[in-house]
Amino acid sequence: MGFQTLVPFGPWNWLLFLVALKCGGASSDLNEPTNSSPQHEPDVRFAAASSEPAETVSVFALDYDYVQIPYEVTLWILLASLAKIGFHLYHRLPGLMPESCLLILVGALVGAIIFGTDHKSPPVMDSSIYFLYLLPPIVLEGGYFMPTRPFFENIGSILWWAGLGALINAFGIGLSLYLVCQVQAFGLSDVNLLQNLLFGSLISAVDPVAVLAVFEEARVNQQLYLMIFGEALLNDGISVVLYNILIAFTKMHKFEDIEPVDILAGCARFIIVGCGGVFFGVIFGFISAFITRFTQNISAIEPLIVFMFSYLSYLVAETLYLSGILAITACAVTMKKYVEENVSQTSYTTIKYFMKMLSSVSETLIFMFMGVSTVGKNHEWNWAFVCFTLAFCQIWRAISVFALFYISNQFRTFPFSIKDQCIIFYSGVRGAGSFSLAFLLPLSLFPRKKMFVTATLVVIYFTVFIQGITIGPLVRYLDVRKTNKRESINEELHTRLMDHLKAGIEDVCGQWSHYQVRDKFKKFDHKYLRKILIRENLPKSSIVSLYKKLEMKQAIEMAETGLLSSTAFSMPHQAQRIQETKRLSPEDVESMRDILTHNMYQVRQRTLSYNKYNLKPQTSEKQAKEILIRHQNTFRESARKGHSLPWGKPAGTKNVRYLSCPYSPPQPAGRDVRVAEFTDHDGSDAEVPSIMFNTHSPTGSLQEGRQTQEIIPMKNLHRGGKPAHLGYQRNRTQEEQLGGGRRVVLRPKPLFHAVDEDFESGEESEEEASAIGSRWSAEHRPGRDLQGSHSPLLQSK
Amino acid sequence: MGATHSASEEVRELEGKTGFSSDQIEQLHRRFKHLSGDQPTIRKENFNNIPDLELNPIRSKIVRAFFDNRNLRKGPSGLADEINFEDFLTIMSYFRPIDTTMDEERVQLCRKEKLRFLFHMYDSDSDGRITLEEYRNVVEELLSGNPHIEKESARSIADGAMMEAASVCVGRMEPDQVYEGITFDDFLKIWQGIDIETKMHVRFLNMETIALCH
Repeated sequence: MGFQTLVPFGPWNWLLFLVALKCGGASSDLNEPTNSSPQHEPDVRFAAASSEPAETVSVFALDYDYVQIPYEVTLWILLASLAKIGFHLYHRLPGLMPESCLLILVGALVGAIIFGTDHKSPPVMDSSIYFLYLLPPIVLEGGYFMPTRPFFENIGSILWWAGLGALINAFGIGLSLYLVCQVQAFGLSDVNLLQNLLFGSLISAVDPVAVLAVFEEARVNQQLYLMIFGEALLNDGISVVLYNILIAFTKMHKFEDIEPVDILAGCARFIIVGCGGVFFGVIFGFISAFITRFTQNISAIEPLIVFMFSYLSYLVAETLYLSGILAITACAVTMKKYVEENVSQTSYTTIKYFMKMLSSVSETLIFMFMGVSTVGKNHEWNWAFVCFTLAFCQIWRAISVFALFYISNQFRTFPFSIKDQCIIFYSGVRGAGSFSLAFLLPLSLFPRKKMFVTATLVVIYFTVFIQGITIGPLVRYLDVRKTNKRESINEELHTRLMDHLKAGIEDVCGQWSHYQVRDKFKKFDHKYLRKILIRENLPKSSIVSLYKKLEMKQAIEMAETGLLSSTAFSMPHQAQRIQETKRLSPEDVESMRDILTHNMYQVRQRTLSYNKYNLKPQTSEKQAKEILIRHQNTFRESARKGHSLPWGKPAGTKNVRYLSCPYSPPQPAGRDVRVAEFTDHDGSDAEVPSIMFNTHSPTGSLQEGRQTQEIIPMKNLHRGGKPAHLGYQRNRTQEEQLGGGRRVVLRPKPLFHAVDEDFESGEESEEEASAIGSRWSAEHRPGRDLQGSHSPLLQSK
Repeated sequence: MGATHSASEEVRELEGKTGFSSDQIEQLHRRFKHLSGDQPTIRKENFNNIPDLELNPIRSKIVRAFFDNRNLRKGPSGLADEINFEDFLTIMSYFRPIDTTMDEERVQLCRKEKLRFLFHMYDSDSDGRITLEEYRNVVEELLSGNPHIEKESARSIADGAMMEAASVCVGRMEPDQVYEGITFDDFLKIWQGIDIETKMHVRFLNMETIALCH
C-alpha cells in the first residue's frame, strides 16, 4: 500500500498528505488512490508538500474509512484482551465461569455500540476468512498442547465417544427437528430434511474447551478430563466434515431425491476425509521435524517452519477436500515431540506463545463477531424452532452420552460412573464453532438462514452461560473423583515401575494389550525415528528429566532463600544487583555455581548440628562474608564475560532443551517451570570441584556408618549445560513474594543408613544439594500450590 | 487334569481363593502349562521362555516377585524354588482390577494388598524397609535400558526420591534422627493421593487373548 514509502516522512508531511487527500474529495475516493499503483502516491505527496491546495485548508482532518477495518479489528482484540486481564485479576472468576462468557458479553457490548451508532461493522467474517485464517490457529493450539500419552492410552474410548457421539447428535437432532417441522402449525414446513440435518450437524459441534478451565479448577480426574478434551479436539473436525458433506449434498440435490448410493458415498467419504487428513498431517509433521534437525544455526526460522508446515498441512488437506482440521491436529501431535528436542529454547518459547496468541486472537474475533451479530436486525425468531432445538440438543446429548458410555464401559477396565457421565453430558457447551458454521450457511440454499442463526445463538448463549456457570458447582456437588497432580520424583519412579511391571505381567500372561503396542511403538521410535529426526540423538529418560527439573527448581529456590538468610547482605542492593545480572546473562553457569556455593554454606551449617566431630563452627557472619565475597567475584566474572559462556559455545543452542510441561502453573503467576534438559557430556567437567565435608579431619577417613558425608557434586547439576533461563523469572517473582523477610530454613537432614565409602578422591557420590533441594521444594510446594496449582492446558480459552 | 469332577471342584476352590472366574482360571492354566512345559510347577528358568520379558528393565524383579514368599503368603521372607498353579494364580490375583462396587473397606484392603506387592518389589531383603541401597537398585534398573545415563545420575535420583519420601513421611526431623528407610506405612502415605487402582491392573480376558507372545 505504499506504507513503506510513507514511513520515513515526518508527522508534518503526514498531516499535509492527509489534508491533501481530504481535499481530494469525498472519502470514497480515497480508496482509489490507495489502491492504485504506488506511483500515484508519491505525486500526491509531492504535490502536497510542494504546493498549497486551492481550497481552504482544514488543519485537522479525520480519515476513518482508510483505517477502518484494521482499526476496528485491533480495537476488538484489544478490548477483549483487556477484558480478559480484568477477568483474571479477580482470581476466583475463572473458576466460576468459562472465559467464553466474558468474551461473548464483551462482544455483545461492542455489538450494541455498533448497532446503536448505526455503524457498519467491518466484514470480518466470511467463509474463506474463517476457514483459512481463523480456524487453523485454534485447532493447532489444541493439537499441540494435547497430553499425548494419556490421550493415546484412552484413544479407543475417545474415538468411540467423540466420533459416534457427534454423528448420533447430528442425525438425531436433525431428524427430530425435521419431524417437528412437519407439523404445520409451526410454519416451518419449508425447511426440508437436508437443511435440518445440516443444522443438526452444526449445532452438535460442541466446544467444551470452555469448560475445561472450570474442570481444571475443580481438578476432576484425568480420565474425565481426557474425554472432554478428546471430544473438543475431534469434534471440530467431525462437524466440519459433516457440514461440508451435507452442503455438497444440498448443492447437488435441491430436493429430497437422494439415493442410497449417495448416502454410501457420503459415509465412505467421511472415512476417507478423516483418515486422509490424519495421514497428511502425520507426513507434514515428520517433514517439519526432519527440517528442524538442521536449523541449529538459524534458530530464528524455527518457529516459522513449525507454523508454516502446520498451516501447509491444513491447506494441502483442504485442497484435496480432506479434513484440514484433523490434518493440522495430527501434524501438531507428530511434530511436537521431535521439534521440542531440536529447536532452541527461545524458538520453543516463541512457538508456544505465538501459538497461544494466534488462537486467542482467532477465538476472540469469532466471539466478538458473535456478540456483534446478536445485536442486530438479522434475526428471525420462531418460538417452536428455537425451543425445540434447545430441547433436542439436551435430549440427544443425554442419549448419546448414556448409550455410548454404557457400551464402552463394558470394555473398559475402569468404567465411567454415572456421575462422570452426568458431568460429560452437562459439559456440552456450544461455542464459536457452531456459530461460525451457522453464519456461513449460504443464503441461496438456506432461505431461512436467519432463523438458523437465531436458534444457534440461543443455544450458545444458553449453554455457555447457564451450563458454563453452573458446571463448576455441579462438579463439586457431585464430588467427582479428584486427581492429585503432584509432581514428585517418587511418583514418576513408581509410575515408571508400574508400567514396566504391567508390561511384564502381561507378557507372562500372554496378553496383548495396548501397553505392548505402546512399548513397541517406543522401540520403533527409538530405533529409527529418533535417529532420523532428532538432531543429536541422546536418549532421554523422563525420570532423569523430571529429576533434573526438580533439581533446578530446588537449586533456584535455594538461591532465593540462601540469599535472604545471610545477614551481611544489604538486601535491596544485593537483590538489585542479582536481578540485574541475571537479566544480563541469562545462561550463566556462574549463577549456578553461585547457588551451589550458597548451598555449600547452608549445608555446612546444618551439618554442624548433628555431627559430633565437628570443625570449629563458623559464625554466620563469617559465612555471610564469604558468601558476599564469592558473590562479588562471580558477578564480576559474569559481568566481564557478558553473554558468552565459559566454554565459548554460542548461547542458547543445543545444550539446553526444554520440554513442554503441560501442567505448569498459569502464566499470570509469572512463572514458567519447565524441564531443563542437560545433555550428558560424560565426564567432561572433571575440573568441577567437589566440596567435601568430612568432619573431623582432612584425612577424610570414614566414621561410623551413621554419619553422612555431604558432598556437593557440582558436576551433576551443570553437566555441560546451562541453567534454566526460565528460573530467573521465577526468581524475581519469588523474591517479591518472599519479600524482605528472612527465611532461614534449616531443616535437619535425615541421615541415611547406607553411606558411600569412596568419596575422598574427588570422585563424587551422592550429592546432598538435590537432597536438600527436595526438602526445600517440599516446603515450597504448599506455597506454590496456593499460587494456582492447576494447569490450564488450553488456558487462553 | 484328572477327572472332570475333581477338576471343577479345584477350579471352584481356586475361584474362591483368588477371585478369578472359571474362564480366567482356564486360560491362565493354559498359559501356565505353556510356560512350565506341561510340568506341574514353574521355576525361574521357565521365565526365560518369554521373549518380550527379556527387554523389560525390571525383569529380574518381576520374576523374583513370582517366587517371593511374602507374595505367595508362605512366609515372611525368602524365595521359593518353584511355584505351582495355585501360587501362580495368587500372584496374578494382585493384578485384578479392583471392583469398585465393593464396599469401601474391601476396596481399601485390595488397595493395600496391591501396594504391599509393590512394596515387596522394592524391599528385596525383606526387612520391612526400603533402604537407600534398595531404592538405588530400583532406579538403576529402571534406567538400565538407557546407556547414556550414568550410575551417578541414577544414584542421585534415588537419593532425591528418598529425601522426598522422608519429607513426606516424617516431616520435620530432629537433628539426631536417622531415617532408616521407607516402611510400609510410609509407603502407603506416599501413595495416599494417587489412585493406584487405575494403574495396577491387567485386563484379564475381557476379550480373549488375542495374540500369545511366543
